[in-house]
Amino acid sequence: MLQMLIGTNFPFMQYRRFAYLFSFVLVAATTTWLLMHGGPLLSVDFTGGSVLQVRTSRVLAADEVRRALDAAGFRGVELQQMTGQNRDEFLLRFRSDSRDPFPIIQQALSTRFPGVTSELRRQETVGPKVGNELSHKAIWAVLWSMGGILLYVGIRYEFKFAFGAVVALFHDVFVVLGFLCFTGREVSLTVVAALLTIAGYSINDTIVVFDRIRERSKALRKEKHSRAMDIAVNETLSRTVITALTVLLASLGLFIWGGEVLRDFSFAMIIGVCFGTFSSVYVASALALDTWIVLDRRKGVQAE
Amino acid sequence: MNRTDQWKLASVLLVTAIAVWYLFPSYQFYANYYNRTTQQISSISSEKLAELRKKAIHLGLDLQGGMHLVLEVDRSKMNVAESKDAVDRAMEVLRQRIDQFGVAEPLIQKEGEDRIVIQLPGLTDRRRALDLIGKTALLEFKLVRTAEETKNVFDKLDGYLATHATATDSALRRTALSSHVLSMDFAAFVRSEDLPVVQLLLATPGLDSIIPGDAQLLWGNPDEASQGVTGRYLYVVKREPEMKGGSIATANAQIGLESTNPGAWGVSMKMTPSGRIDFARITGANIGRNLAIVLDGVISSAPVIRDRIPTGDASITGGSFNVETARDLAIVLRAGALPAPVHIVEERSVGPSLGSDSIQEGLMAGLIGTIMVIVFMLVYYQLSGLIAIVAMVLNIFYLLACLAGLGATLTLPGIAGIVLTVGMAVDANVLIFERIREELRNQKSVRQAVQLGYDRAFRTIFDANVTTIISSVFLFQFGTGPIKGFAITMIIGLIANLFTAVFLTRMVFDFMLSRGKAETLSI
Repeated sequence: MLQMLIGTNFPFMQYRRFAYLFSFVLVAATTTWLLMHGGPLLSVDFTGGSVLQVRTSRVLAADEVRRALDAAGFRGVELQQMTGQNRDEFLLRFRSDSRDPFPIIQQALSTRFPGVTSELRRQETVGPKVGNELSHKAIWAVLWSMGGILLYVGIRYEFKFAFGAVVALFHDVFVVLGFLCFTGREVSLTVVAALLTIAGYSINDTIVVFDRIRERSKALRKEKHSRAMDIAVNETLSRTVITALTVLLASLGLFIWGGEVLRDFSFAMIIGVCFGTFSSVYVASALALDTWIVLDRRKGVQAE
Repeated sequence: MNRTDQWKLASVLLVTAIAVWYLFPSYQFYANYYNRTTQQISSISSEKLAELRKKAIHLGLDLQGGMHLVLEVDRSKMNVAESKDAVDRAMEVLRQRIDQFGVAEPLIQKEGEDRIVIQLPGLTDRRRALDLIGKTALLEFKLVRTAEETKNVFDKLDGYLATHATATDSALRRTALSSHVLSMDFAAFVRSEDLPVVQLLLATPGLDSIIPGDAQLLWGNPDEASQGVTGRYLYVVKREPEMKGGSIATANAQIGLESTNPGAWGVSMKMTPSGRIDFARITGANIGRNLAIVLDGVISSAPVIRDRIPTGDASITGGSFNVETARDLAIVLRAGALPAPVHIVEERSVGPSLGSDSIQEGLMAGLIGTIMVIVFMLVYYQLSGLIAIVAMVLNIFYLLACLAGLGATLTLPGIAGIVLTVGMAVDANVLIFERIREELRNQKSVRQAVQLGYDRAFRTIFDANVTTIISSVFLFQFGTGPIKGFAITMIIGLIANLFTAVFLTRMVFDFMLSRGKAETLSI
């Protein structure tokens, strides 16, 4: 029988202050980034504008294409050449332009590169009003679903656990947002879908640990709170890691082979699953422990 | 096998049979569909194929290619009574246009107060579709002022411009309008290079008040030629139209409508009986004058009325018609004008090549991700891992059957949802198996360990699935097409998961343990 992480006895809670520091640094870095840039990079889904995915009949140099676009009067256009096998494809982002861009681009490219034909593979155009509505909807969807999970966890678990779980939830979604920002990725509708999925999923590992504490509460009553938490975390460590691993494998498949459209989505999932595992131990459980200690102290019980 | 076990087995078989029933048309359709497109050979008739298509899993526009448009009906210039059913009337007109254009299975839906969602699957000519849908197609017949009246209006405008120079660009404003006009008859001809200046002059504040109330300035088609120079005509017409497009009975694309340009395409129109009477009266009363045919505020031509026209024949020529644009304009005229202009506020178009690439990439990613999960489960849990894999495969199978049965749409994010479901489906079994292993380590018998493993893990699995379902439900509420596809696969996948991972695998374990002594368990 193949086993891993069985019978471990790591003193997780002893080091929780370092973990708090680590999480704090990540959250602070994300906050700083967001403040400096005035929020995350938003895709045209939210800002309004157009994205065009254009394939040319042979691979063209990006700076040459840029010159052709400049000549055609598209100066502020973001140009991104795709990688690997798709080097003959470009992503073009227009923040605002009232013209229908593709016929002009097609013309401009065939003038500068005689014999090259281009094909419009995808165009997404979102008007500013719709973009605005979608941003509001996205923010509300994230808040509502977090609220829904909070409510559910609040009903199913005691307050001291629910608090840690909810902070962990916000932590995970926020840190994933941070990693998207640091790597220069845009927040699009699909990325919001990933964030919501992470919100729903990252709490799973936390539930595993909390269920264990509740189940063993009689046996662990005599232990110190931190010891009880350590036992619960260690006992459930193998399943926490393995369940994350299976979803990680699936997300990796998507990230590597799933194509350009799903890359940001699967990137967010990968980061989210990793931090979801980390935070179930070091944010949710650790905070639950500290809440527990504080609550007991108020009641006058000496817990630690 | 006792009675309860028999019932359990029966229910699993029943559910699986229902799933097969719902999925079989999808299998038939896609197997034949791809045969048909690649080799043009198929044993199935097209009616049968169309019927199968309805029952098969629908592919989203991001997978099969096509256009998704959101239009906003601009009711700002309408009164309350008119605007009440404007969106419904616009939808009716658009439906007729799209039907005549010939798109298979278009979707036209009202969204909110003043929006219309249009989905055109498999469409390849994006520009043409945009022209067809976005055109208001308001057709009017307006009388052109005589050369003398036109001259008067221009003189008045020149006089106004000379005195009302604004400080910013006074030099420009003071120039007379007529100095930028190449020739003047019943219409003024403006060279292409003078167009920006003229348009700027016409935008001078207060200029509108100088034009007599019953007259109106209208442009002709862009890029027309006069004496070897390209430019555009500017007309002075009577503001009130003599007739409107409602009196058009049919319209057809036709070649050779102009005697001067016999190879050119145009659109010929026949009027309704009452339209014919009006047209005869109007032409009879205005012999020798020019009648402008105005389409969406642009004069497409303004022929001289030589005689009373009793037949009710009229045509639109000029511009740069080709067979396609002429045909599309004919469609638009037949379907009638939109009650109000529409603006395209959202467009998502995916070319057919990207759609099929996405399917391939999605399937590839799904397959590799699934294989990785399968290998891990087999290596780590051996025989029990195999049971979990069977449950996971059934989970995906039921999920697809539900998509087909509900008529839901499979999108690219939906494929991602299925791949994630693969990862999450085995999680439930991981929780159970880890628990069983733990109980075995605590010296419980195999039978007890399995019993306790399932009982104790259930609550955790249930809570875990519920939280993910909660976030998916909100995602579904908020999402656009592709995202909805993701949310729906996640929701169905996780519900089916409780059945396959908990109920179904338990049944298999119970069955295994009921035979033999069961002293060891491959887990």
